[in-house]
Amino acid sequence: MGHQTRASGDRLPAWVDADAAEVTGRQPGCCPAGGAAIALAPPPLSPARGAADEGLAHDVTAYVRPDGAGYALALMVEGIHCGGCVAKIERALAEQPDVRRGRVNMTTRRLALAWDGPPSRGGELAALVGRLGYRVAPFDPDQLASADAAEEKRLLRAMAVAGFASGNVMLLSVSVWAGHFQGMAETTRDLLHWFSALIALPALLYAGQPFFRSAWAVLRRGHTNMDVPITLAVILASAMSLHETMTSGPHAYFDSAIMLVFFLLVGRYLDRRARGRARSAAERLLALRATAVTVVDADGTRRHLPADRVAPGSTVLVAAGERIGVDGLVVTGRSDVDTSLLTGESVPRPAGPGDRVFAGAINQSAPLTLTAQATGEDTLLSEIVRLMESAEQNKARFVGLADRISRAYAPAVHLLAAVTFLGWWLWGGAEWQVALLIAVAVLIITCPCALGLAVPAVQVIASGRLMRRGTLLKSATALERLAEIDTVVFDKTGTLTLGRPDWIPDPGVDGESLALAAGMAGASRHPLARALCRAAPDVPVLADVAEVPGRGLSLDTPDGPIRLGSRAWCGAAVDDRDAGPELWLARPGRDPVRFGFLDTVRADAADTIAALKARGLAVELLSGDRAPTVAAVAAQLGIADYAAEVTPDGKVARLTALTEAGKTVLMVGDGLNDAPALAAATVSVSPASAADISQTAADAVFQGDRLHPVVDLIDTARKVDRLVKENFVLALGYNLFTIPIAMAGFVTPLIAAVAMSSSSLVVVGNAMRLAGWRRPG
Amino acid sequence: MDIILYLIPIALGLGLLGLVAFLWSMKSGQFEDLDGAANRILFDEDDAPPAMPERNTDRERG
Repeated sequence: MGHQTRASGDRLPAWVDADAAEVTGRQPGCCPAGGAAIALAPPPLSPARGAADEGLAHDVTAYVRPDGAGYALALMVEGIHCGGCVAKIERALAEQPDVRRGRVNMTTRRLALAWDGPPSRGGELAALVGRLGYRVAPFDPDQLASADAAEEKRLLRAMAVAGFASGNVMLLSVSVWAGHFQGMAETTRDLLHWFSALIALPALLYAGQPFFRSAWAVLRRGHTNMDVPITLAVILASAMSLHETMTSGPHAYFDSAIMLVFFLLVGRYLDRRARGRARSAAERLLALRATAVTVVDADGTRRHLPADRVAPGSTVLVAAGERIGVDGLVVTGRSDVDTSLLTGESVPRPAGPGDRVFAGAINQSAPLTLTAQATGEDTLLSEIVRLMESAEQNKARFVGLADRISRAYAPAVHLLAAVTFLGWWLWGGAEWQVALLIAVAVLIITCPCALGLAVPAVQVIASGRLMRRGTLLKSATALERLAEIDTVVFDKTGTLTLGRPDWIPDPGVDGESLALAAGMAGASRHPLARALCRAAPDVPVLADVAEVPGRGLSLDTPDGPIRLGSRAWCGAAVDDRDAGPELWLARPGRDPVRFGFLDTVRADAADTIAALKARGLAVELLSGDRAPTVAAVAAQLGIADYAAEVTPDGKVARLTALTEAGKTVLMVGDGLNDAPALAAATVSVSPASAADISQTAADAVFQGDRLHPVVDLIDTARKVDRLVKENFVLALGYNLFTIPIAMAGFVTPLIAAVAMSSSSLVVVGNAMRLAGWRRPG
Repeated sequence: MDIILYLIPIALGLGLLGLVAFLWSMKSGQFEDLDGAANRILFDEDDAPPAMPERNTDRERG
């Protein structure tokens, strides 16, 4: 599995033509406000050329659907950072006379297209967007209309109905309560009760469904959760109130029942909303698997097949700019392959005849012909995904604090209600109807309204705060798990470092050589060339520089060619010194000059490590990179525990060992090779520059070049943990106070309503303290 | 007290109007792209009216 380790010794500069992805992930000319833009998307390829267009046209036609008079197509667009990108795409599409609709959804980064004309026109339109510099992937909207999104909408609709009903019922209830003191006529009271029933019952039937369904589902499996007492209280309160109304009794609890449902729906909706944001990352991953593969048959005809239907041994053609769909050996062609999805490695690797390439990598500069070795589920990509999924199952066992409390809470509440009923009936001398009324009042008053809000209220404020600072929380329990960690494991490339090579200033390189090299490098978008341009930003770009795929750049001068590129191509002596990525500048009649590059450590990495240690956390470094590099970084940052050349399963094994030793581990990593480890850790964090799959596996994603958000996240998690526990104490304390009143039979609808809303307000108010909180340090 | 026979239905009717307006705006996709809507006001050209739900497959499930 040597291919999975990072940065093997053959990091010779591989060259990409001007179409290559910019390693920083942002396209020049787009997003003047680039710093503020959220760069979750992988870098776009720009502009797609003929070969890529052709591949794309075949890709998308399978997804074109008839739509009214014409056809429609849904595309996922990567690389949209700001409103300008939206305007650019929509303007270009509006110029096409046959396009009926071309609208970008900026939140989900999807493009809805509809046009009059043949289905094949869809490919041309998709290619048009591709030429603007965005990578597009077709998808089937029905397949991706995720159950999650539908559920969110159902909750919102239920919340709207419950909010309407509780407002109106409360209006009527206030009149009834006032009537108690002012001598309202009984017929008027009954009329108001009937109105309340008319509004509340249908609303409860509709808005209570999320709780009824969930309660029924767990009861059928013989468990219980918070939804069981909620459902029971709502049903009993409605039934009892209806009975009271019909027999013209004084106490109807319609307002409590509907208000309870409304508050709980608010909590539940916020909860879902807070973690819904990262869904699109997983959807992009699905789109990757939808790549079509061009297969060349023995007689030379070309067919387009879904990647999992390609037989091993087939000959596969990969155009420049296309994602490779199979694992295979290169037969003909010489190109550069961007394996960043698989390894997190930022520098593309050269690929020529005899080299192995893997599904998920992007072929950057020239067409390649491959012999497929593994396809579909057998590819390295699928293997890593499987490793991740199996590791993920460990995490699913974590039970949130709210669920742990409700497991004990629900039986206790039911027991209390039963005791109340039996007590009043058998010993209190009450009739069974009266005893039942009091028991139901106990259930209503203990209903976990404040408990249901205790966690979401804090989490919504916390995730909102974190999001404003560029950290997205994905998992609902991430903060809870983060509060418990005692060990932090880092990956190196792309996590502690920027994952981007920078030129190491070298006294052996004179200004003239640097200026010449930077001038030539301006013609290329290769990461090493970009690094040279950054080192000498004022140098004008030289004209007539030619790019040789897999080798470098050359410039013809009267004295002979000047070359900037790999060691062998520039004729430098080969030595055994393993020096990391490098470029050589060869001029006629002069010794070649070497430019060395290093993946620089994030500016605040050392501070962050120190801050983590100051919080009593153990810090480890696990890297797939070579030992000397890892040791150097570890020494620079003050990390004593490190391991180099670790494979993905090695990382998982180390994390499992730590877990078995009783540690709770936070894993911070970015590459696809980290994804299984991210899934195996107690909790995991990825930078936004990470591979999509890593972001999918991680519990939180942070943006920007700084590492400090990790510390921020841990601090916030600890603060949230404290607030949540306070909230539980407040909510339970309120119950200790009200349960005796309810059991004694003194509860009226007014007391229930006041107690319920005040406890909820106290809990929400306590959560709001987080908004004004300043993080220490 | 006859007045409440008018007032209560009027109050309920107004509330229902608000509820229906909210459900309609949700169904017509006005909550689909909050980020985009914030940016679209800055575009120079006049915007085409938003696609109705039956024509936009993204929203069919909603």
